[in-house]
Amino acid sequence: MSPADASLRATLRASWRLNARRLFAPRRALKLADIAGATALGWRLRALAGRSVLIRTASTLAAALALIELDGVARRMVLCPPDLKDEALPGVVATAGVDAIVFDEPTPAIEALGLPLAPLGPSFEPLDEPAACAAPTEWVMFTSGTTGAPKMVVHMLEGLTGAIKPPVRGAAPRVWGTFYDIRRYGGLQILLRALLGEGSMVLTEPGEPLADLLGRLGRHGVTHLTGTPSHWRRVLMSPAASAIAPAYLRLSGEIADQGVLDALKARFPAAAIGHAYASTEAGVGFEVNDGLAGFPASLVDGLCGDVEMRVIDGTLRLRSGRRARSYVNPDAPALTDAHGFVDSGDMVEQRGDRLHFVGRRGGIINVGGLKVCPEEIEAVINRHPGVRAALVKGRRNPITGAIVVADVVLADAANDEAALKAEILSACRRDLAPHKVPTGLRFVPALAMTAGGKLERAGA
Amino acid sequence: MTVRPAILAKFKDVAASQEKTLAPLTDDLVLLESGLDSLCFAIIVATLEDDLGFDPFSAADDVYFPVTLGDFVNFYETAALENVAS
Repeated sequence: MSPADASLRATLRASWRLNARRLFAPRRALKLADIAGATALGWRLRALAGRSVLIRTASTLAAALALIELDGVARRMVLCPPDLKDEALPGVVATAGVDAIVFDEPTPAIEALGLPLAPLGPSFEPLDEPAACAAPTEWVMFTSGTTGAPKMVVHMLEGLTGAIKPPVRGAAPRVWGTFYDIRRYGGLQILLRALLGEGSMVLTEPGEPLADLLGRLGRHGVTHLTGTPSHWRRVLMSPAASAIAPAYLRLSGEIADQGVLDALKARFPAAAIGHAYASTEAGVGFEVNDGLAGFPASLVDGLCGDVEMRVIDGTLRLRSGRRARSYVNPDAPALTDAHGFVDSGDMVEQRGDRLHFVGRRGGIINVGGLKVCPEEIEAVINRHPGVRAALVKGRRNPITGAIVVADVVLADAANDEAALKAEILSACRRDLAPHKVPTGLRFVPALAMTAGGKLERAGA
Repeated sequence: MTVRPAILAKFKDVAASQEKTLAPLTDDLVLLESGLDSLCFAIIVATLEDDLGFDPFSAADDVYFPVTLGDFVNFYETAALENVAS
């Protein structure tokens, strides 16, 4: 099979019920039959053949269209998540060898890159079959990384779809929904399930209020709905949750504790509830459907589907064909060890016959699915002339899983500790994203050090 | 300080420090429509634990998620009584 025959568009065209399936956006619903056989890029689609294309769209729907259009045509697609800052674009373009840009709304930052531009139109034109790409298209995604230049990984469609089971013909049509953005790994998995699993999908746009999204999910009859435990806790707090009655709901991206699993079971008694483990680097790992937190220890050291798992030095390592091929950044460390295992950095602990996630190695804090590197925050605090040392750590939280707190050692005893604390926190607010600003800051006489003279971090 | 005024003051403090516009605090206010996001609620629960000495979310056997401000205050007031009783 040539790359063009295995492309997303070709697979979509060969699938069933295209006239009945749709992508639902807040003010627009597109029939998959219309998307599969036409182009919103017009004649420019041909010009993008073989190129490395940056997909920088304001709307989620436009990003989905760009993926369908460019897979099998472009050499590489670089999928920008909505929270990627404009300032990062020149670095991304240089690192990923971008030589064209697909967008929906022109912005000064896009125009300043000085590259050929291909706007996605609001209407479709008949498809003039472009020259097929010689090799399968590379899908470049951003990791949910923490500091410095954004880290990118290369995936191939075959690996991205490795965990997707072929559709059961004649089964009830599925309507997928997710609280993730489809430009992140967790959300893209759901888009691909809808497209290849012969379903429809309700897409959310950045900034859409949860009550509006739940209303639309309900109106379109969502059957399969996914998000992080923090997303689901918000659903449990929303009166609009009564709008939905999914047959299956899934949690991923953070530790699913027994509390949130039980609360969802009580709120949606008819739904099957699963929690899944995946990462942008390692791909989809496994899924647990017994309603209990953690996962069976028997999954490790054996073969779980096509995924092999090991626990080495307390962290979970995965090996499968679903992983990313490599990092794009030339200075990034190797993606796998010598045996092809990806170290997830997620620490596990055995309790009885189950393994439980207990946090991230290196003290990385997961605040509602956003990973936070303590060193980045410590650097900001340490810039204050009154500070000698700072230790940033996570504190368990029932709403976001964890929040950020800081212990600070002062250089000299302060006359006015409250004023000093306010100054430090105001510097953090100025230099850091809101979820990285310590929610608690206390002054301590000293910080524990390791024998090697490093700050002692729990779990490090 | 009793629980209700402590909670209302905390909502206002956190809204101000996170630069959010807070809706009028009535018992039937839906928390997700109060103008506060998840991070704000996370901070409210954590700092209330520091001030009051308990966190009813983590203490409860059954996990409960309040929908309105009235539910939230009740949840804390009930937990405060149990805290005194135990």
